Amino acid sequence: MPTPTLGTPLSASGCSAGSCGSKSSQMDGLSADIQRKVQDHPCYSEEAHHHFARMHVAVAPACNIQCNYCNRKYDCSNESRPGVVSEVLTPSQAVKKTLAVAAAIPQMSVLGIAGPGDALANPERSFTVFRELQLRAPDIKLCLSTNGLMLPEYVEQIAAANVDHVTITINCIDPDIGAQIYPWIFWNHRRIHGREAAEILIAQQQKGLEMLVARGILVKINSVLIPGINDEHLKEVSRVVRAKGAFLHNVMPLISDPAHGTYFGLSGQRGPTPEELQNLQDACAGDMNMMRHCRQCRADAVGMLGEDRGADFTMDKIEALEIDAQFEQAAMQRRVALRTEINAELEAKRAARHTAIISLLRPAKPQGRPVHMAVASSGGGLINQHFGHAKEFLIYEASSAGVRFLGPRRAAQYCGGEADCGEAENTLARTIAVLADCEVVLCSRIGIEPWGKLEAAGIRPNGEHAMEPIEEAIGKVWQEMLAAGKLNAAPFEDQKMA
Amino acid sequence: MALEIVEGCVNCWACLPLCPNEAIIEATPHFLIAPELCTECVEAFATPQCAAICPVEGVILNELGEALNPPGSLTGIGASASVSVFRNEAGA
Ligand code: SF4
Ligand code: SF4
Repeated sequence: MPTPTLGTPLSASGCSAGSCGSKSSQMDGLSADIQRKVQDHPCYSEEAHHHFARMHVAVAPACNIQCNYCNRKYDCSNESRPGVVSEVLTPSQAVKKTLAVAAAIPQMSVLGIAGPGDALANPERSFTVFRELQLRAPDIKLCLSTNGLMLPEYVEQIAAANVDHVTITINCIDPDIGAQIYPWIFWNHRRIHGREAAEILIAQQQKGLEMLVARGILVKINSVLIPGINDEHLKEVSRVVRAKGAFLHNVMPLISDPAHGTYFGLSGQRGPTPEELQNLQDACAGDMNMMRHCRQCRADAVGMLGEDRGADFTMDKIEALEIDAQFEQAAMQRRVALRTEINAELEAKRAARHTAIISLLRPAKPQGRPVHMAVASSGGGLINQHFGHAKEFLIYEASSAGVRFLGPRRAAQYCGGEADCGEAENTLARTIAVLADCEVVLCSRIGIEPWGKLEAAGIRPNGEHAMEPIEEAIGKVWQEMLAAGKLNAAPFEDQKMA
Repeated sequence: MALEIVEGCVNCWACLPLCPNEAIIEATPHFLIAPELCTECVEAFATPQCAAICPVEGVILNELGEALNPPGSLTGIGASASVSVFRNEAGA
């Protein structure tokens, strides 16, 4: 039986990323083959992640290294994995859960193993799940995340299991820096400390990366940005991993809190500010494609990126389900049909945007400075969320070159119901601080009180584009600002004077 | 001759697949070592495997009750007491 695939190749008339006029287009510089693999990928394509869903199953509890930003006991906010306090599944439970979710959410298209420990420190458990799903739901892409220590040993098995992409967390390529991030590794039946440990880990990661690329498997690199330790160094990491053929480098902020009980949390190591993160992402973007929409989703996350539906699929609910071959077949057919539909829609959007950008650029290049805007969206690429319900905002930059996505930012959720309401004041202030660099916030609706506070902070709320596609609406708002002469003034000036 | 897993183990599973004698038992509130099966890895490995990977200090003890990974030996954080002091402060 032929395996149904997710993507259809770009048609010749479509907007191939390199020619879209937007310098920042996420796919610039990728080979056609990789572009095709990435284009409709729910994790890697800015566009597709609005429409497809992915899930991770927590089948890999053991880990074989220690990172200074990790405490095995708790959910790790840095490496997309839950802590061991979360429910660890047996391989057969994981398979059943995947099939059940993929039947209930036909957008489901990727299954990942990322923890709670390291996928390759639990090779039997991880590969059992992959083999089984390869047989029973061959349309679902498989991925795994690893620290890379055991990678060279398992590249053959990864290829044999038809794993679509691998994420390696690489925080450094210099063992002296590594020694400040990794206190020890477990290697050849011994615990190895310090610089020697970092040296082995780095060598294994680099070798694994090269071997995967040689096998034609997509490799993404994750790095945790640790100010004062690897911030400058990550530019070098970016250059090296790209030269070796990694298709994406995703720089994530260190999340550090004494309450997590991690070495960095307790030693007072701070995480980067949003500006530091963005500056580094920009510095690396010249070298390599950066994944700005990464949500650092949890390893057992279920649902669309940024939206965790895990609670709908607890193990007792799933155990109660009867899943047979017919059920599996029908579910797969629904998924494949939906994907075909979504891909056609994406294709049409790309073509439309291509035309829009051309018409934007043709009439004597408009002047006007770039503007950051925040969007409340619950998915589908639309402005469709109430300001107060947004758990995160998508930050875009509009300029004469078009609209580009900068990344998501977590909001302090300001009205989640009665319980939070005493906190509302404080939460709103924190959300406003997070959006400080934005001049406009687009949402479907917004309450009167936050409206006033946002305006006072120089951020203009805008509910006029509810249910419209994000990038189009941002383009319009920018054009309006331009036409009103607001884009000659320095940012915020007109509003601050008002 | 056997090692023992005590309170503080976070049930992380790292040790379980490494034991050459299948002496480690998945259990709550923490994992356990079956004393009649554990050989302390003598002859099989240079060092007890469970203690060589365990990420938590002070939770694997020898027959004298001594920790194979004493406080400060793994994370550099120092005695686990200081960890809980920090947590209390953070929680306050
Ligand atoms: S010391 Fe060796 S034999 Fe004993 S429980 Fe640990 S790994 Fe198993
Ligand atoms: S490695 Fe240590 S913390 Fe993890 S399960 Fe074994 S004894 Fe417990």
